[in-house]
Amino acid sequence: MHTNLSVGFKSGSRKLAAKYFTVAIILFGAQLIMGLIAAIQFIDPGFLFGIFDFNISRTIHLNALIVWMLYAMIGSVYYMLPDETGIETVGLKLGTLAFWILTAAVTVVVLVFAFIQIGPGSQMSIWFINEGREYIEAPRWADIGIVVVVLIFYSNVLLTYLKSKQRTGIMAVLVADLFALVGLYLAGMFYTDNISVDQYWWWWVIHLWVEATWEVFVGALAAYALIQIIGANRKIVEMWLWIEVLTLFGSGILGLGHHYFWIGTPEYWWEIGALFSSLEPVPLIAMFVHVLYDWGKKQGYLNGQNAGQAIKSTIKNTPAMSWIVVNAFGNFLGAGIWGFFHTLPQVNIYTHGTQFTAAHGHLAFYGAYATILVGMMYIAIQKYYGLERLVSTTKTKLGIALTTFGVLGMTIALTIAGYEQVLVERAELGGGWQAYFTAQALPWFTQAMDWRLIMGVVTCIGFVYLVIDLMTIGKNANAQAKIKQANI
Amino acid sequence: MDEQQPNSVWTSNSFWKRSAGWVTGFAVVLLMFLTFDTMTQITMGTDQDLKDGITKRVPAATVINYQIGYKMDYSRGHEMPVIGKPELFFGKTWSVKEANQLLNLGKLTEQSKDCMNCHTLLGNGAYYAPDLTKAWLDPMWKKGGVMQLMTHTKTKEEAMAAFLQYPVKYAIHVRKMPNLKITAKEAQGLVALLKQMSSIDTNGFPRGFSRNVQDFKQGVSNAH
Ligand code: HEC
Ligand code: HEM
Ligand code: HEM
Ligand SMILES: [Fe+2]
Repeated sequence: MHTNLSVGFKSGSRKLAAKYFTVAIILFGAQLIMGLIAAIQFIDPGFLFGIFDFNISRTIHLNALIVWMLYAMIGSVYYMLPDETGIETVGLKLGTLAFWILTAAVTVVVLVFAFIQIGPGSQMSIWFINEGREYIEAPRWADIGIVVVVLIFYSNVLLTYLKSKQRTGIMAVLVADLFALVGLYLAGMFYTDNISVDQYWWWWVIHLWVEATWEVFVGALAAYALIQIIGANRKIVEMWLWIEVLTLFGSGILGLGHHYFWIGTPEYWWEIGALFSSLEPVPLIAMFVHVLYDWGKKQGYLNGQNAGQAIKSTIKNTPAMSWIVVNAFGNFLGAGIWGFFHTLPQVNIYTHGTQFTAAHGHLAFYGAYATILVGMMYIAIQKYYGLERLVSTTKTKLGIALTTFGVLGMTIALTIAGYEQVLVERAELGGGWQAYFTAQALPWFTQAMDWRLIMGVVTCIGFVYLVIDLMTIGKNANAQAKIKQANI
Repeated sequence: MDEQQPNSVWTSNSFWKRSAGWVTGFAVVLLMFLTFDTMTQITMGTDQDLKDGITKRVPAATVINYQIGYKMDYSRGHEMPVIGKPELFFGKTWSVKEANQLLNLGKLTEQSKDCMNCHTLLGNGAYYAPDLTKAWLDPMWKKGGVMQLMTHTKTKEEAMAAFLQYPVKYAIHVRKMPNLKITAKEAQGLVALLKQMSSIDTNGFPRGFSRNVQDFKQGVSNAH
């Protein structure tokens, strides 16, 4: 086995990771505020009407989401590189410069979205104001900037990997996966007046990100985290990782077909999309089982070995482990179950583009990505203060419980709203302007919108606890550890 | 890294690694193949296709010079767009070049104004406002319908263009569409986009489009 060399938090790679995590959390906060505004606009359409319309709050909600996750992903990679390669990351000066350029660009894009909002119908608008395509609204200049910056990040990862003598399976997966992830962004960077072709390639970015490359990325993160937190056996963890890569790519790549049922693309996508996307929950179940299995096994081993000793838990970082367990569960539930609900064309013809989709989108993004990325932040905090153990505080628990409960509540509300839309707007009335508003006005829908807002507020309260905890848990634990040491 | 010999192939990392490579490679190759095929099928048709009555999944921009319907096709088991007789669009027949330019302006405007973060187009986008896939065919816009009466216009396209420029003035519901500073020309482009989009073969989405709002209002259900 290789040795688990760690350069410690003095490593520049980890300092850079901390920067990325900080911006990620700020953008997460911005995302939630925009979500609240959008949710209020559903209930009171006059709210900020003509000043900060729904499309603007939603655009920033989604872009902040995507960007904070990319930040946290980059941060996680910079964080784990020293552990996985055993050496200091290559090209940190350039990497730090790239961070500042990216952050400046993101700030400009957000300000333009917030204050200029939209432009005249011209290429100029698409290049400098708003590209108008969900999730990747960033204007073209920013697209190019993002690609350049991300390529700098990628080359740092690749060069570090190549320079190091240590070749872990986790790194091999990451290096290949990140390459695909970056390459896919290019599919969203051109203009066409053919809306079917437009959406065909748009889904390459969105679907092949969240249901293929990002999922594999999460698999690698979870593998790393399990080794760090509970000392899971690397060989077994990496075996699971390769199985996950196999099943995730094997189902997710052609599962893309579930977005090609109704956009002008041929009918054979019904079969391809239904077949492969139905298999997508399989790896998610496997990932879920794997986390619980490893944890149970390690704990059982410890219990058998040192019954009665002081250290009762195999978990060296309970906040991170809690978030990772929520991840395993949320990924399976949000992506696997909620995704499967509407993935067959027979169902999707009715649910396509209803609140049902939004229900799935929320639980999946939260369950599969937000959770594990927050978990990585807790791992980073533990190392930053050089703590032997990091134990959950009340704030940790409130943070995780309230955000999760809130998102779950929003998901249930949206599912009910979507179900009502399916019955009334789609099945009964066949869609259309009046059908749409008939369904929007019924109590099942309006009450669901109220509950979504209430649960959104709950999520936000949880987020406040989370931020306070992230800022204090390490410091406090460190102080306590020092007191203990002094007493000995 | 595997120092010990694995007991069985099922617990061998290199076996899973190789398998992952093969499966991924296979999926990618199949996706490439299907992408090529799909691209040939969804490339816009030509003006000649329209004249010859050849159906394309995505018809040419000059489809704006024709009537468009949405009818049940019993052999396919769902509705599909039907391109009918020629009709004037904004009072004229558009040449290939003019129609292309107009559609292009419409698409640029749709993106620049961020319509998709309120509406869905082909079912994708946001859920704050009605799906626009078949908006051109919505009963609200038809002759003698609410919108033509309200906007004092005589054709669908003029009613739509009027609404798009003054959505607050012509609002129907409390949840209004805001004024997006759409010019007269841009509005024409958007209407061309909406009309052309309604002619795309979406495999029957939306199903039974706006078929029985009247029935529903009178308490009659379609679910017999
Ligand atoms: C801020 C949200 C918002 C944006 C942005 C927006 N719309 Fe709307 N739109 C609405 C709402 C809400 C309605 C319903 C208005 C009503 O019923 O009074 C509507 C109605 C419509 C209708 C009539 C509905 C139908 O089924 O025929 C059309 C057409 C339309 N919008 C097109 C567009 C186009 C094109 C754009 C982009 C240039 C756009 N909208 C941008 C909110 C928006
Ligand atoms: C973590 C993984 C996943 C994430 C983050 C995710 C997220 C999303 C989001 C945000 C959308 C809406 C896109 C839009 O705005 O139009 C969507 C749509 C969809 N997702 Fe997922 N998803 C995931 C996994 C899955 C899985 C595993 C399945 C199927 C088994 C699935 C099935 C679908 C389907 C069918 C749609 C289309 C909905 C429609 O027709 O409106 N998703 N997904
Ligand atoms: C304060 C809590 C939140 C509120 C009030 C909120 C509200 C909203 C609203 C109103 C929309 C627009 C839906 C529509 O078009 O009808 C939306 C979309 C979306 N939100 Fe949130 N949101 C919140 C938190 C989150 C979180 C935590 C995530 C993920 C981590 C998330 C991910 C998404 C996604 C992916 C979409 C697009 C869905 C789709 O197109 O199907 N949101 N949200
Ligand atoms: Fe998908």
